[in-house]
Amino acid sequence: MGKTSLIIQREYLSRVKKKSFIIMSILGPLLMAAMMIVPIYVATLESDEEKNIEILDETGWFYNKFKDKDKLKFTYTFTDLETAKQEFFEKEIHALLYIPKTELSLPTTATLYSDKQVNIQVKDYLENIMETVVENKKLEASGIDPQVLKSAEVNFRLSTMTIEEDGEEKKSFTEVSMVLGIFAGIMIYFFIFLFGAQVMRGVIEEKTSRIVEIIVSSVRPFQLMMGKIVGIALVGLTQFLIWIVFTLIIVTGFTTAFSDKLPAETAEKFSAGNQLMQVEQLQQNAPSQDEITKVFEAIFSVNYNVMIFSFIIYFLGGYLLYAALFAAIGSAVDNETDTQQFMLPITIPMIFAIIMAQFVINNPESSMSFWLSIIPLTSPIIMMVRIPFGVPYWELGLSIGLLILGFLATTWLAGKIYRTGILMYGTKVNYKTLWKWIRLRD
Amino acid sequence: MEILTAENVSKEFSNHKALDAFSISIPQQSIFGLLGPNGAGKTTFIRIINQILNPDTGKIFLNGERLRPKHIASIGYLPEERGLYKKMKVGEQALYLAQLKGITKKDATEKLKDWFRKFDILPWWNRKVEELSKGMQQKIQFVVTVLHNPKLLIFDEPFSGFDPINVNILKDEILKLREEGATIIFSTHNMSSVEELCDNIVLIDNAKKILEGRVDDLKMEFKSDVYELILKGSGTRLKGILPDAYEMISVQAINGLKEVRVKLPAGSSPNELLQTLIPEFEIHSFHEILPSMNDIFIEQVNKNKTKYKAG
Repeated sequence: MGKTSLIIQREYLSRVKKKSFIIMSILGPLLMAAMMIVPIYVATLESDEEKNIEILDETGWFYNKFKDKDKLKFTYTFTDLETAKQEFFEKEIHALLYIPKTELSLPTTATLYSDKQVNIQVKDYLENIMETVVENKKLEASGIDPQVLKSAEVNFRLSTMTIEEDGEEKKSFTEVSMVLGIFAGIMIYFFIFLFGAQVMRGVIEEKTSRIVEIIVSSVRPFQLMMGKIVGIALVGLTQFLIWIVFTLIIVTGFTTAFSDKLPAETAEKFSAGNQLMQVEQLQQNAPSQDEITKVFEAIFSVNYNVMIFSFIIYFLGGYLLYAALFAAIGSAVDNETDTQQFMLPITIPMIFAIIMAQFVINNPESSMSFWLSIIPLTSPIIMMVRIPFGVPYWELGLSIGLLILGFLATTWLAGKIYRTGILMYGTKVNYKTLWKWIRLRD
Repeated sequence: MEILTAENVSKEFSNHKALDAFSISIPQQSIFGLLGPNGAGKTTFIRIINQILNPDTGKIFLNGERLRPKHIASIGYLPEERGLYKKMKVGEQALYLAQLKGITKKDATEKLKDWFRKFDILPWWNRKVEELSKGMQQKIQFVVTVLHNPKLLIFDEPFSGFDPINVNILKDEILKLREEGATIIFSTHNMSSVEELCDNIVLIDNAKKILEGRVDDLKMEFKSDVYELILKGSGTRLKGILPDAYEMISVQAINGLKEVRVKLPAGSSPNELLQTLIPEFEIHSFHEILPSMNDIFIEQVNKNKTKYKAG
């Protein structure tokens, strides 16, 4: 045991002391913080500006239907399109909405001219109004009074609650669950690839520098492999910890420094961080104070004990499962370019899992989602996507159990390939040779 | 007293026999040559001693005990394919490798400094390995191999990469280690160093032991009754005087004298040859030519090859 910890120590220290590690530790949080701060900062800059939109309506249906809203001002013009376009730069307008005349049918198309990108909210607002106007006309034509229809419309709000076994009720919020789940899944995906590849490169380095035979005359090959895998896992955890702590420091620092200059609403968004922002974008409507509190409620409604516990389990379990395979590949080749042919069995389930994550978000209870979150090769990513939607404990238990078995199996398999592979120089290796190595007796 | 005994050790790699019922015993405090052509099974045997590989069948004893993981600490191994972590500092790396052999950090530091001083590499302690010349790296590997005072040392081609001066330093160190009580297994293709250093050898070919014994005994065993004479006179006259049964192998002129190699006919003694020559020539020197290890190696391996083909 002492020797394995010596190996872990060396693997850890030699990487943490590297320049690239230190640079990544500083750049990572800066980038993450920038990703959170910049969009909000840009948004606040934009909202200060008033936007004038000119309407050129050849149908005459939409006159005075566009109501000024927040920072949007509407003016109407009655020239032809050419003149309006020419006058575009003389007048101080941001966009020109042109609704062409239609002969028989109802107007269903329009063009928005502008010198800059028009943001999504403005576009949505315009489309919304035009749709309502045309719909009302259609209703009138079929003899239905839009007012009557409106009064018949029921606004039914379904609020979903999950019941915990202890009888506690919690509001569930799909959007927040989606973001949290996907975020956790992607983190695990990157962790496995980033640090799994480091394991592989480490093994190749030992092989090409020919130190490996010196080391395996003192320790068992399995100890060397596990020492490397665990050492690099610790490097990864250290890196993530640094990132999280620094990002929080930068973001809170930024928020406190600028909170007085920002509108209260935006400042609040800061403190909730990136996830909150995305949630708001998902909720099409303009955010109001009320909705923000709801989102907060949602974020706190997720069962964090389960979430954090399973994140750590799947984060480490997934890494360990794949890292052993990465080590086996490293041991079978003489240089990094030869690794390509063996990477496929690793990359395919991982990429498949990331692609399927989209499907799982929409159908967290489907049998496909169930199996993907049980099979160890995909479960680290898929289960994390499912957990925020609520997963029965027996499924979680089964999945974790199988993940541990899967990890033991890949490690056993990798260990067999590894102990033969590290001592083979200059042999061309294919899947058939790997199979022979696995079947070799001790 | 034997330090290492192997009994019927066999090892097979996917349909290829690397060692076939191989048995040897290595006497304590000797230098033991492990010889054989490439791919004969030497490295496999060495890896089995180091417990990197397990034999399929057969037993290995170290000091009378079955070989076990705890014996790692009493073996030092310098593999043929050897290297160091390029990006790691020399001292740090040597300490790491020493600690893996089970020496405490404090002990290892002290001993390493002594050895580094002896080999003139102490100033490089804090440099990265990649900045060192190949010879210096080899010195570090040698130091790391012997640092934990192993009872059994295994050197696989230890002199490759060294200049002649350093080869001599290394040979002296190896002899010194034997004097201090270590046993050395020495695997090489360099036959002159085998003659110089080894007490015993074993010759492996095609996974099997084909020859074994003390170097001096083997030379006597494989001698072919060739004698070298240095005499005054002409070669043609010599040929006329010698009976036909004698085979003249070579004649060379040296400083007005002739150096002649003669093979005796079976059953005749060197005295008979001298008796024939003394009346006719002035003889300056007469001695027996023993075969070199190189000759024995080539002859035995070739003989084994024809036998192998025939069988």
